Amino acid sequence: MARPMQVSRYWRHFREKYRLIGGKCENGHVHFPKRSICPVCGSRNVEEIELSGKGKVISWTIVRNPPSGFEYYKPFPLALIELEEGPVVLAQLTDVDPEEIDFGMEVEVVTKKIREFEEDGIILYGYKFRPPVR
Amino acid sequence: MRKAVIIGAGMTPVGEHWKLGLRDLAVEALLNAMDDAGIDRVDSLYVGNMVSGPFVEQENLGALIADWAGLGNIPAVKIEAACASGGAAVQEGVKAVLSGLEDVVAVVGVEKMTDAWPSDATRYLAYAADAEWELFHGASFVALNALIMRYYMKAYGYTEEDLALFAVNAHANGAKNPYAMFKRPIKVETVLKSPYVADPLKLFDASPVCDGAASVIITTPEKAEELGVPKEKWVEVAGMGRAIDTISLASREDLLTLKAAKVAAERAYKMAGVEAKDIDFFEVHDAFTVMAALSLEALGAAKKGEGAKLAKEGQIAIDADYPIQTMGGLKARGHPVGATGVYQTVEAVLQLRGEAPSQVPDAEIGLTQNIGGTGSNITVNVFRRV
Ligand SMILES: [Zn+2]
Repeated sequence: MARPMQVSRYWRHFREKYRLIGGKCENGHVHFPKRSICPVCGSRNVEEIELSGKGKVISWTIVRNPPSGFEYYKPFPLALIELEEGPVVLAQLTDVDPEEIDFGMEVEVVTKKIREFEEDGIILYGYKFRPPVR
Repeated sequence: MRKAVIIGAGMTPVGEHWKLGLRDLAVEALLNAMDDAGIDRVDSLYVGNMVSGPFVEQENLGALIADWAGLGNIPAVKIEAACASGGAAVQEGVKAVLSGLEDVVAVVGVEKMTDAWPSDATRYLAYAADAEWELFHGASFVALNALIMRYYMKAYGYTEEDLALFAVNAHANGAKNPYAMFKRPIKVETVLKSPYVADPLKLFDASPVCDGAASVIITTPEKAEELGVPKEKWVEVAGMGRAIDTISLASREDLLTLKAAKVAAERAYKMAGVEAKDIDFFEVHDAFTVMAALSLEALGAAKKGEGAKLAKEGQIAIDADYPIQTMGGLKARGHPVGATGVYQTVEAVLQLRGEAPSQVPDAEIGLTQNIGGTGSNITVNVFRRV
């Protein structure tokens, strides 16, 4: 794959990807990532909200044939997680035995390396989810 | 309002065409369709294609294909709506004819996928997902559909075996189609024994990476008469609908409702003046077995949660009440992504002309449903025998 010289492309989302910044409209609808127009009511009065990063698994899969760039990690679990504030987020699960993943499993956010490009390429970080560390 | 009829249909076999490139496939299908209609010129060309740029480093497909098909200085453009590009291109062609701006329109759907390395192909197909919030996390298209599949099975108590029935039905019909990629019947065990690609989704729950092109010629009944195309060849485009849903799965209001298909179908049924029960066969977008189930529900052939029940009860076979995938569907015919909607159209035309290799008895009205993304961009077309 061609080397992406696109630092800015990834950088512009670092707040969402490092801190789970979502949006909350004047009518209280919460969404992630933040949009300028509320997807529920269409309000343009949307404020930033930092999500707690706690949620539960609503569906999951084990990715065995990933897109190029993710070969190193295969197989890896990928899940839809419903956050306690309401929005659903797609992310990899980490620090978990694939056999133990189940519907409703509680998870919390953690910042991890998502992907590495060639030798002098950039390294991407972002959120993954894991069973809570108590 | 003007009416639109399809007067010519053509395709190439679906498969791994090592010796043919994108332009060869497209031109072959297009000329087959023009020969079928008995014409040698068209007013314009609409090309359905999804990802020719990454796959073969070629965009500007309108110019490429019209040029190499010898069509002269006509208007020609590519239409892209992910895997629904073909269905959308047919609709753009019909709209041009209905508007009165163009009288004879060619549509060709083409995709050349096997020139790419498999993991790159997986990446390019995921371009139909949300790049920043899905592909960024390593989501393949198969993985996103696997998330839906697991959720569907849990919600309604279906098993992997139940969903495998859709693949079995597709292969049974594809076995008779000379243009299909897989011309062999399979058993439920074949599906269950195939390796997991993204659990619980197995290799045989999914359509193959392949190459192919299909084409139709659209005009008005008046023009068809003037061109001397025999009436037995005409198939009316009776209804069309198209709608979008959230591009990313996580934003979906209900993971188990193909809302875009529902809205698109309502529009198409209304325009055609028909209901789901009037449809004699459904060519649904079974890129993954669970999508066939969800599609039947969204199109009104089954109640919510009962799409897979239709397969279990034997209702989807050629001679049953809701025949689907009459020539193999995406699963067995093959799914050259941007071409698929046009293949479905060609197959509907053959059924309604009574020329299909596994013919639905007395088919009068057929429906094609073409899904882009994980249900984010969907076209539904209704065709009627003239
Ligand atoms: Zn709102």
